[in-house]
Amino acid sequence: MDYRLPLFVIIPLGAAFLIPLLAKLFKRAGEWMAVLSLLALSGLAVYFVFLEKGARVYEVGGWRPLDGIPIGIYMVLDGLSIYLLLVINLIGFLSAFYSLSYMKKFTAESLYYTLFMLMIAGMNGLVLSGDIFNLFVFMEIAAIASYALVAFGIEKEELEASFKYQVLGGISSLLILLAIGLLYWQSGTLNLADLADVLRTNSNPVFSLFIQTLLIAGFGLKTAMFPFHAWLPDAHSSAPSPISSMLSGVLIKAIGAYVLMRLFFNIFALSYDIALVLAIIGTLSMVIGVLLAVGQWDFKRLLAYHSISQMGYVVVGVAMGMMILARNGDLQVASLAIAGGLFHLMNHAVFKSLLFLNAGAVEYAVGTRNMKDMGGLADKMPVTAATSLSASMAISGIPPFNGFFSKLIIIIAAVQAGYYVLAFLAVFTSIITLASFLKMQRFTFYNKIKSSWNGTTEVREAPFSMLFSMVVLAVLCLALSLLAIPSVRDAVLTPAVNALLQAGGYGTVILGK
Amino acid sequence: MIVYLLCMLLFLIGLYGVLVKRNLIKIIIGLAIMEYSLNLFLALIGYVRGGTVPILSQDLKTSVFVDPLPQALVLTAIVIGLATTALLLAVAIRIYKKYHTFDIREIKRLKG
Repeated sequence: MDYRLPLFVIIPLGAAFLIPLLAKLFKRAGEWMAVLSLLALSGLAVYFVFLEKGARVYEVGGWRPLDGIPIGIYMVLDGLSIYLLLVINLIGFLSAFYSLSYMKKFTAESLYYTLFMLMIAGMNGLVLSGDIFNLFVFMEIAAIASYALVAFGIEKEELEASFKYQVLGGISSLLILLAIGLLYWQSGTLNLADLADVLRTNSNPVFSLFIQTLLIAGFGLKTAMFPFHAWLPDAHSSAPSPISSMLSGVLIKAIGAYVLMRLFFNIFALSYDIALVLAIIGTLSMVIGVLLAVGQWDFKRLLAYHSISQMGYVVVGVAMGMMILARNGDLQVASLAIAGGLFHLMNHAVFKSLLFLNAGAVEYAVGTRNMKDMGGLADKMPVTAATSLSASMAISGIPPFNGFFSKLIIIIAAVQAGYYVLAFLAVFTSIITLASFLKMQRFTFYNKIKSSWNGTTEVREAPFSMLFSMVVLAVLCLALSLLAIPSVRDAVLTPAVNALLQAGGYGTVILGK
Repeated sequence: MIVYLLCMLLFLIGLYGVLVKRNLIKIIIGLAIMEYSLNLFLALIGYVRGGTVPILSQDLKTSVFVDPLPQALVLTAIVIGLATTALLLAVAIRIYKKYHTFDIREIKRLKG
């Protein structure tokens, strides 16, 4: 029993409750409460990453297991959970700090921070949850908060995007609920660790395959993988910019990719067919996402399409590791592929949130998202231009930046495992990504100044809180390259990789058998 | 067995409504039907023929109980469903105020 685990849910949930009350008393108390509680959560996550190793369990309500069979809800912190917690809370803190200036133009700021903290509470709870229904409940908390946040602007586009997002999100949630019902029917338990044990010993393969297909469809929709991607560009480009950076940077990973990894590695018996399906879906979203992105002229829409493509890299890396493991291939190559996928997950969180924050800063200054109406902003907004250049280079895989190393690891793993087509497509996607970001840089920051906005509005650099978040993320873009060094990697990345590599060992570790 | 099939049929009717109907309110009703079919399904999983309420008492005549866990799940699922439906309706009403229609063919500013 570790009594500190529920703090990850209690702090944001309590803050979400207190923010509207405090905001009634003191005007700015609510927003500072949100920022400070997120800072505390990031501190807690960093503390757990570096100082407290090993899996730990918290039994909610003190329900001890009976004869080794868990009867209560578990909260489980292992290498993968803490890795995700670090990403969620760090990006959450920077986005909230950025919102301090950015959200000034909106009304009902305290409600915005309430929803923001609810979303954080949902994601933290989901990542920590060791019980599949509890995981579903936390997923819905995060998803409902994000539906409301997408519609926060309540203009025509925002409402339409939010409605689309809600209908597709609703369908995916119901598919997941159906899968959970079937799982309970088959195994008689909801605890993830117990499920892992039960499903490995006795399970009907056809039934199990049906459940896994439902789960891929459900969580594939949440991750916006290729055939299910239609809602993402609308939702992520219509939300306020700090929320876009949370949705693209964190939410699709926490409520989509994380659950896919957890379920298909640790709960179900590893199967080559499922891994192959995931790898194909990942490759398709990687290639098609980037091809759709090239033609976009809306700044945030372009970034949203790149999210589909970059999440493809994450899924491909992890699914490749799963394919190798399922065939009892080289463990070294499998761990390299998984490490590449997880490394890219964190890198994508950093550079994609930075790019969305840049887009927000540009929109804040110029008042438009259409790249054809911009140009020459580099002189007026030097910090935004510099940080966006570093993020663009990171996402297109230019050497000193973090994106290069994670893509390189995925490609090396693909070559070593003999998946040459995959390696080629990963390189090809990276080149197209570079082309589309060169276009973005040229038309927004380095082209000639357009007359359409130059005469009417005075373009100024963004205020301090926005600059601070962007500069920190730009520094992280460079600093995360250090994760490629083995000794640094062992502290942060390796526990997460090992959590997936242990596969069915998850059940035994958590139940302590 | 037939009950489960009817449950599945209800789920598919809801899905049909979501996919085919062009009125925002009808889409929301479709989602609600899907959700209730799943609630019914969860309750069916826990049903045991001839079972009684799983409460220990002095004068217990039978040892056959229904499974209480899915019922707890259904309660939670109903609350979540309430939240999603309320939010969907709120957004639908806002859309009506902006576009003066519930027809999705008229509401298409986002493309590509």
